Amino acid sequence: MSAGIPVAVAEPGRPRVLIGVQSTGLAGIASAAVIAVATLVAVFGPLLARTDPELPNLSLAWIGPGGGHLLGFDVQGRDVLSRLLVGARTSMLGPLVVVIVSVVTGTGFAVVAAWRRGAADAVISSGLDILFAFPGILLAVLATAIFGAGLPAAAISLSIAYMPYVARVLRGAALRERSQPYVAALEVQGASASSICLRHLIPNILPLIVAQATILFGYAMVDLAAISFLGLGVQPPKPDWGVMISENQTGIVQGYPLPALAAGLCIVAVVIAFNVLGERLFERAQAGRG
Amino acid sequence: MSEPAAASQTVAPAPAAAAAPLLEVEGLTVRLRAGGAMQPVLRDVSVTIRAGEALGLVGESGSGKSMTARAIDRLLPDGAEVDGSIRYEGHDVASLSGTGLRQYRNQVAMIFQDPRAHTNPVRRIGDFMTEALRTNLGVPGAEANRRAVEMLEQVGVGGGARRLRQHPHELSGGMLQRVMIAAALLTEPRLLLADEPTTALDVTTQSEVMAILDDLRREFGLAMLFITHDLELAAAICDRTAVMYAGQIVEVRSSDRLHDDPLHPYTAALAAARPDISRTAARLLAIPGRPLSAFEAPAAECAFAPRCAHAQEACRAALPELAELDGGLSRCRRASELRGRLGTASDG
Amino acid sequence: MLLASLLVASFVIFAATYLAPGNPIAALSGGRSLPASSVHVLEQRYHLNAPFFTQYWYWLGNALHGNLGISITLRENVSTLIASRIWTTAGLVLYASVLILVFGIGMGLAAGLRPGLVDTSTVVLTAISAAIPAFVAAIVLILVFAVKLGWFPAIGNGTGVLDDVRHLTLPALSLAVSSLAIVARITRAAVREERERDHVQTAISRGIPARQLIRRHVLRNAAIPITTIAGITIASLIAVAAVVETAFSLNGLGAYLVQSAQSKDLAVVQGISLLLVTAFVVVNLLVDVLYAMLDPRVSLGSRAA
Repeated sequence: MSAGIPVAVAEPGRPRVLIGVQSTGLAGIASAAVIAVATLVAVFGPLLARTDPELPNLSLAWIGPGGGHLLGFDVQGRDVLSRLLVGARTSMLGPLVVVIVSVVTGTGFAVVAAWRRGAADAVISSGLDILFAFPGILLAVLATAIFGAGLPAAAISLSIAYMPYVARVLRGAALRERSQPYVAALEVQGASASSICLRHLIPNILPLIVAQATILFGYAMVDLAAISFLGLGVQPPKPDWGVMISENQTGIVQGYPLPALAAGLCIVAVVIAFNVLGERLFERAQAGRG
Repeated sequence: MSEPAAASQTVAPAPAAAAAPLLEVEGLTVRLRAGGAMQPVLRDVSVTIRAGEALGLVGESGSGKSMTARAIDRLLPDGAEVDGSIRYEGHDVASLSGTGLRQYRNQVAMIFQDPRAHTNPVRRIGDFMTEALRTNLGVPGAEANRRAVEMLEQVGVGGGARRLRQHPHELSGGMLQRVMIAAALLTEPRLLLADEPTTALDVTTQSEVMAILDDLRREFGLAMLFITHDLELAAAICDRTAVMYAGQIVEVRSSDRLHDDPLHPYTAALAAARPDISRTAARLLAIPGRPLSAFEAPAAECAFAPRCAHAQEACRAALPELAELDGGLSRCRRASELRGRLGTASDG
Repeated sequence: MLLASLLVASFVIFAATYLAPGNPIAALSGGRSLPASSVHVLEQRYHLNAPFFTQYWYWLGNALHGNLGISITLRENVSTLIASRIWTTAGLVLYASVLILVFGIGMGLAAGLRPGLVDTSTVVLTAISAAIPAFVAAIVLILVFAVKLGWFPAIGNGTGVLDDVRHLTLPALSLAVSSLAIVARITRAAVREERERDHVQTAISRGIPARQLIRRHVLRNAAIPITTIAGITIASLIAVAAVVETAFSLNGLGAYLVQSAQSKDLAVVQGISLLLVTAFVVVNLLVDVLYAMLDPRVSLGSRAA
């Protein structure tokens, strides 16, 4: 560069691409591995299960591990391992739906509020503030009263309850991004609002969105399992990890803790994995912004 | 490194210099942990400040000027390796602890660059100003407040006791910096370390705050280490000016002679790069390349050589020493032969 | 804002139960067929033929006067039914809150102020416990402390104050576990962040002694995010209490709410939902107030995201 007057160049937003799980450290890799296993099980579970997870056989109730049944039998004489494998499906699918719906809608509201600012922002923010008054479980209870118990109702209610949290975090990030010089440069060049948002603004806050979604998955899993535990979500005899804990709770005091504990462990392991990964991604998203 | 023999070169009507220097830094080398290894940030830095004397420390980003002040004030991050010595009134600063250290901190006050970041946002101004007085010097609250109000008047911040009850976010940057200056002066220090005190302020406020700082310094007879990237500013208010590059001192000169008769190509280049409003130029001068930090600079050559218009073979052969020349110090081995050709007379 | 939230919340609650399928007459009569005159009387009394908003208005008015209707299944005043259960839930939430504040903040402070073993072990421990949902904690605690060790009872409410506390210990612990971990993590992060701040450097450069430094500059400033997270997690306890009450067969509002939702006892659902939402909003309001008190830069009603 020849000696001349340095000029600040308006640089169109280069999306700070999520470089990949590999660079997030050992804990990050371990978490990703756990998540990968859980996902595979969720997809292929029914194929892996050797025994019918839903067929009760009371004569086998509470028998411990042995003879090809690694985790023994549950309260109704069903193979615990098979139920865990098949139950992974609902236990993972539910949170997935919740995360997708709440993140997509949350991002939408956040970006609109950040872009338009002024009245639109005020309206959206007030709306979000009101939604904050509803804890997820409460909404699920109300949904049950209207629609009856079941996973879809629970998932929708949780999505509605989570959306304001996503929107609040992303609104802040979107506002910061909005005030970057490159956005003004693009506007001056005549780019439309939607094209700027879709092609520049959102990609630039994408690391934060992904991090938030990952952390949210953990929370959704816990809440959905809790709702199923209460009998308001997935209904027995379907094998869902939350349901399994509820069904086998009596075993704890009777001296057969394994089925309930096994289901609990699955939940905790996957949630820890999502929390750890989510936090790593969050740190990297913050660092990328600075 | 030898102490400059140019003790009598202070030109301004300075008070009669004390026999021994107030602050002596000798051979200061500091390494910090970065990227898994210990990297140098300061290399063999030596400066001396006498009582009542103002020394300017000029350099670009990464030159190590802030680090020098922090080293003097013992504010280096944990795990920093420090070689060389820092002596205040003859005492070794590094070995101070407990009461001795606290007394030292009362005598040496530091003013920071960004006043807003350096004041606690949840505490009141009065708290901020009188904290050291009440904690270290045992001054009772009411008396401390009274002194604070008086000092605020001196820096041009009115409002008296009401001002003491305000919070930092209620004041503008310029006012906050004046408050910081006032707070620093309350413990009656003998040495002020001013780390780019006006860089974060807008231009009009800059000159106001500079004027206040300069006035008060002279009024109280304080010594000052004034850190800045602005060569002209340092030369304007300091008796002597030191120039740093890549973690090393490259020149020390009395301020009035610095501009016309610099002893190092870097100093000359810095002075020439500043646009002069009274002249028309077809092109702004800039020093080619970019400034090096200490850990990027090669250990066995002149760090400025790659960017220097006057560099020769010998400059890259070995690290030049800081040598005395005509009342100043220079780290350029061609300093004496280049004299007269480095000043504003020769541009480009 | 508070009132608006509550109003909208009450509206949503009412609308939700209004939309629920089922014939109110049949519900009120318990499935028996009634003579037309009785039906007419019921319709009048409960405004069953009035338009939606009128019904909402009556319901809200009644609610504000403490009249929350009648439980279909138990045939008692909802208010009475709530009153008899409210202390279980309140006690549970309070107990858990104390645990969270004392141990959560305590651990966070210890980890934030002392690097080394205390810090690392806290980080690992909290990473794990933050992921333990209340009901999983419940079964583990029951297994260890009730079945194996016999220190605490596994289910039920207990009789008398001291026995109540004993019965509430495991439930409170289950409720507190994951929130405690989160509070500890945030506390640790906040303390560590404050220690790195520039204004702390200023205080150091003036020779302020370490203890005072920590107290007046690090902790005082860290109190802001710590209070916020503590408040938020405690507010969330209100909803999760339902899970713990169910797991431990406690006779609390949460468990009762769940049962009522399943048996479609709508008046109860409405009443308890309204109460819980109000409590939730009030706690959040308290957090806002505390935040404004702690941070002079912030005026009431604008808690930074």
